[in-house]
Amino acid sequence: MLKIENLHARIEDTEILKGIDLEINAGEVHAIMGPNGSGKSTLAQVLAGREGYEITAGSVSYLEKDLLDLDPEERAREGLFLAFQYPVEIPGVNSTYFLRTGYNEMRRHRGEDPVDAMDFLKLIREKLALVEMDESFLKRPVNEGFSGGEKKRHEVLQMAVLEPKLSILDETDSGLDIDALRIVANGVNQLHAPDKAVVVVTHYQRLLDYIVPDFVHVLYQGRIVKSGDKTLALELEAKGYDWVKEEHLEQTR
Amino acid sequence: MSGTDWYQSRFADFEQNLNGEAQGPVHQLRRDAIAHFTATGFPTSRDEEWRFTNIAPLTRIDFELAAKTDEPATADIAPLRYGLPGPVFVDGHFAPSLSQLDALPQGVVVKNLRTAFIEDADLVCRYIGQDAMSEDQAFTALNTAFVQDGVLIYLPQGTVLDTPLHTLFLSTGTKANVVSHPRVLVVAEAHAEATLVESYGGLGVEAYLTNSVCEINVGENASIDHYRVQREAPTAFHISATHVREARSARFRSTSITLGGSLTRNHVHTALMGEGIDSTLNGLYIENGSQHVDNHTLIEHAQPNCQSHEFYKGVLDDESSGVFRGKIHVHQAAQKTDAYQANQNLLLSDSAKIDTKPQLEIYADDVKCSHGATIGQLDADAIFYLRSRGIGHREAVRVLTRAFAGEVLDRVRIDGLRDELDRLVTERLDRAAGVAP
Repeated sequence: MLKIENLHARIEDTEILKGIDLEINAGEVHAIMGPNGSGKSTLAQVLAGREGYEITAGSVSYLEKDLLDLDPEERAREGLFLAFQYPVEIPGVNSTYFLRTGYNEMRRHRGEDPVDAMDFLKLIREKLALVEMDESFLKRPVNEGFSGGEKKRHEVLQMAVLEPKLSILDETDSGLDIDALRIVANGVNQLHAPDKAVVVVTHYQRLLDYIVPDFVHVLYQGRIVKSGDKTLALELEAKGYDWVKEEHLEQTR
Repeated sequence: MSGTDWYQSRFADFEQNLNGEAQGPVHQLRRDAIAHFTATGFPTSRDEEWRFTNIAPLTRIDFELAAKTDEPATADIAPLRYGLPGPVFVDGHFAPSLSQLDALPQGVVVKNLRTAFIEDADLVCRYIGQDAMSEDQAFTALNTAFVQDGVLIYLPQGTVLDTPLHTLFLSTGTKANVVSHPRVLVVAEAHAEATLVESYGGLGVEAYLTNSVCEINVGENASIDHYRVQREAPTAFHISATHVREARSARFRSTSITLGGSLTRNHVHTALMGEGIDSTLNGLYIENGSQHVDNHTLIEHAQPNCQSHEFYKGVLDDESSGVFRGKIHVHQAAQKTDAYQANQNLLLSDSAKIDTKPQLEIYADDVKCSHGATIGQLDADAIFYLRSRGIGHREAVRVLTRAFAGEVLDRVRIDGLRDELDRLVTERLDRAAGVAP
């Protein structure tokens, strides 16, 4: 589904991604872990098409397309979804309008007719249950005044509405209490399917108790320095990142 | 001839044609006003209050008083009426056949000022021109000198207008370089309540000047919700002054929407003359091309325990420019004043420009006053967020700009007016989004 080869990216003069290789197939759940500043969020942003990053080398193919050639909205319409680490507050735009506009863009892209407000309301009610949100959220401006947990649940609600093929969750666990974490993880798990893939970007192992990865990768200094199965995450939790750093230093010495 | 000489000579002509109307206290007011105007002349950009607005393009033109023209068809003006009844003026002249003045509550008077000068001279003279001679109000003096047609809205004690009353000033724009001096006089006695719309529209292509003055007196416990909608032709100059006097426990709310004209200056002065007053000034200006809009406000807290809220927003595109100057003056007696002012501007192009200057002058020691001004572009994070949900760049820009303007539009409490303004603003923004990079 997604194939990243030797991806290099920089912001202004600072090179952040220094040769990422990663392949993700349908049905898989990948976790990308790593210490702060290792490039995890940059990787997520670059995949979603955030401006400001310069790709200096490498390629990303997504569903047989050159992902880097697509605008952010085109990536979204092709089924790529980024759950933001810091969801953006948008005063004056209510959540229903936001969700429906995005949903209808997806439909239009697939050659389907847009749905009207009434039909959309029916659809959204089902999705709300998934993240245990009540209808009053829909009338509120997007993320404005939402608590940290509400924002993250709102991200998963968007994921439920847009039904992406590849979901990238960027530090979705940050700032969540245990109940919100459980709701968010439960939502993500329910949305997962054999034809879909999930990438969980996280600093801590905690979320991976709920969203169990098939593969765990450690990103350090802009490269994936170690990959393994879910036991790698537990090992990192127990031993911290230092041993991976040291191992990496020895390898490059 | 130019400037004051020109208007002095026009005044002589005007006076001659007044015949029987050139007498009495109102005419004395006119004479005083032209003398005042002649003495002070037009402001220049050397005047602090006019520093950021160059009116030379306007003062260079010798404007003739607009003559009475054929009234436009009712159908042509329908889109400018927002489905609301009230008097209509064409090129400054009262147009009875276009006006809708029936079904007013008992005692409420809505009539042409020219008639009121004769029939209600005492009432009119008590309230008209209270602020016309103030130093920095050359345009108000000029309006007063030529005052003739206009509207008197008189709400006796305790009367309530259930339907918003809409006064429409229409410029046909069929003849170049003409001026009209619309005048609105509102007297709301104690406990009276009304929603008033004062709007301006232009149909033609020729350059013209609208120089309007609105005076509103809000009596004790009276409540006035005032809307000002400016949709002049793109070639128009629009200068306006709104003078508001509020008595004890009055509520006044103003919403000023500027969409049209090439050069606009709106001056709003509210004087809070009693205790317990709640006063609100909302404003929205949407500009493109080479439009210039100057909103100049002065809120005067003269007595204790009053609140004022001011909230102006602007969206500026292309080469347009704007000015916001908001002064809050808290007199020494005005303890426990609670005043808030905000001015937020969105610049959609690199060439658009705004000068914003909040000003607090506080002479009382126990007050709560705050202000904030922002100038910015659309939030890049918000644009990316929308795009990452499949919403295209143009649509994202449109949605966010509409949301920005919506914060003022949503404060319009007349459904028909709000929907129409929403449609107009959205249309403008769609056009802007169409040319955005």
